[in-house]
Amino acid sequence: MSGRETVIEARGICNRFGSQSVHENLDLDLYRGEILAVVGGSGSGKSVLLRSIIGLRRPNEGQIKVFGQDLAELREEQRSLVERRFGVLFQKGALFSSLTITENVALPLIEHAGLSRADAEHLAGVKLALAGLPISAADKYPASLSGGMIKRAALARALALDPDILFLDEPTAGLDPIGAAAFDQLILTLRDALGLSVFLITHDLDTLYTITDRVAVLSQKKVLVAGPLAEVEQADDAWIQEYFHGPRGRAAEQAAARPGQER
Amino acid sequence: MEPMTPPSATLDTSHQPPCLRITGDWTLAHYASLKRDSERLRTLCSNDAVADLSQLGRLDTAGASLLAELLGAERLSHCTDGLPDASRALLKTVYCSVQDYCIPVKEAERPVLLLLLERIGRAVSTVWQDTRQLLGFVGLILETLLRRAFQPHRWRLTPVVAHIEQTGLDAAPIVALLTFLVGAVVAFLGATVLAAFGATLFTVDLVAFSFLREFAVLLTAILMAGRTASAFTAQIGSMKANEEIDAIRTLGLNPMELLVVPRVLALLISLPLLTFLAMICGIVGGAVVCALSLDISPAMFLSLLQTDIGVQHFLVGLAKAPFFAFLIAAIGCLEGFKVSGSAESVGAHTTSAVVQSIFVVIVLDAVAALFFMEMGW
Repeated sequence: MSGRETVIEARGICNRFGSQSVHENLDLDLYRGEILAVVGGSGSGKSVLLRSIIGLRRPNEGQIKVFGQDLAELREEQRSLVERRFGVLFQKGALFSSLTITENVALPLIEHAGLSRADAEHLAGVKLALAGLPISAADKYPASLSGGMIKRAALARALALDPDILFLDEPTAGLDPIGAAAFDQLILTLRDALGLSVFLITHDLDTLYTITDRVAVLSQKKVLVAGPLAEVEQADDAWIQEYFHGPRGRAAEQAAARPGQER
Repeated sequence: MEPMTPPSATLDTSHQPPCLRITGDWTLAHYASLKRDSERLRTLCSNDAVADLSQLGRLDTAGASLLAELLGAERLSHCTDGLPDASRALLKTVYCSVQDYCIPVKEAERPVLLLLLERIGRAVSTVWQDTRQLLGFVGLILETLLRRAFQPHRWRLTPVVAHIEQTGLDAAPIVALLTFLVGAVVAFLGATVLAAFGATLFTVDLVAFSFLREFAVLLTAILMAGRTASAFTAQIGSMKANEEIDAIRTLGLNPMELLVVPRVLALLISLPLLTFLAMICGIVGGAVVCALSLDISPAMFLSLLQTDIGVQHFLVGLAKAPFFAFLIAAIGCLEGFKVSGSAESVGAHTTSAVVQSIFVVIVLDAVAALFFMEMGW
């Protein structure tokens, strides 16, 4: 990792819903060009953290700096400029159901890059191809696509403006193992080719072992450990030990270690 | 960020073979101008031209896809040696994916007249299909109702009562207010026109006659079509979109019995009750106007009502209410079942439910008016 330049710097984040507190004094960094996985039990506030970082929710306390700027303090137009450098893949895709897949991807190109409709749709085709969608899907509506194809189309939309940071909320959930492995490889390829920084929320242990550079464990309302997988695995915490050394964790580790299994 | 250098592609023909020089930042910001340039150059440059990418600045997927289209795989693979690793990887990735992705051929435009005919044909066929489906659905509801009528232990009273509250009780204030106002307006109209003949007393007949026979039931039914049919469609439709209907089926339960019958029964009870309320409020509205502007006291209004208006007018009006109720509920539920997948579909079918039920109510009312007139009732 060259120079370890931070692109996201979250300090002292507190998120509370009424009397229930989700995060207390949470710190997290994302470095340029890395794939950071955030793991944690259900309800540990992974999605809330993601929403706080991309500005959909203002944390009750704390500061989040993106590219050195505090989003909450920026004016509307400057904020929009920063937000254009984000690509977000929501858990269920969040494709616009009244637009075709191509139009979904072309929308940010028309709105923000100022392309003509024909140019935007042409470029949208390239992005769809990049995300591994077949040509036959381009003119379909999201309702008629399978879960895996929706994920790919949503990824193409997230990549539309060539973002610097890609946020992925459980990208492989609901995909078959072949599709999930292909998706992992796709993210890895795109990261290498486009120099993306990837913020990834996942429950998929195979993904963790195959593509992540660093893992952050969210537990007890803060980031318990953050570091390379080998380090995190050894952390002295019952939940982490159970997570990585339970039957599923061991199986995933063995699968990743076995040579010739990389797809 | 480093400063942007304006990108360009130029064809240098001074030596042989000609050289295509790519310079500057090939990024999304310059897409439109670059696309123009590269399309012009593609026609100019011969196959043997070589490419020089050594002065290429920043590159993103938009620029990479343009380069891939301009240069083609063969040439691109020869000239990427001097590039940074990231740019080379990007070009390769983009090229490989674009290769198996050809731009779809757009269908040729057809003559407008043909398109118009096609749309008319489609619309007619849709109306026919909708009518058939509605008739089938009505049959299904009647069958379920009849079968369950003899099994009192399987009656579901709680949902029926809940729906009566939603469709009847909650709608009472708006129905009352609306019909009161329309009653007042009808009385005003009557007063103005009948005064010319010196027959203002007949305003009482006009208000009572029109409200008992037509207005009360029609206004209530139209309100219910807007308020209740849409609610039924949205409720059942979002359940359908969420696969809840499928879950009901796989649990061995009958969605007709669980979802449709309680709604139909509830509306069958609440619409006649609301109609009765509407009649009273309409007539009261008329009576208020009579008392204020025609000097017909409420006592006189009532005695005129008693002598002039037979009870059959009330019965004719009320008799239509259950039919309207049944059709409004049936259309609302059926449109809900037609929802497929997306949120947009829920919206489209909700609109369709309202339009269809208002249409059916008015058509049925017109037919009924003719029938009652011919029968002399």
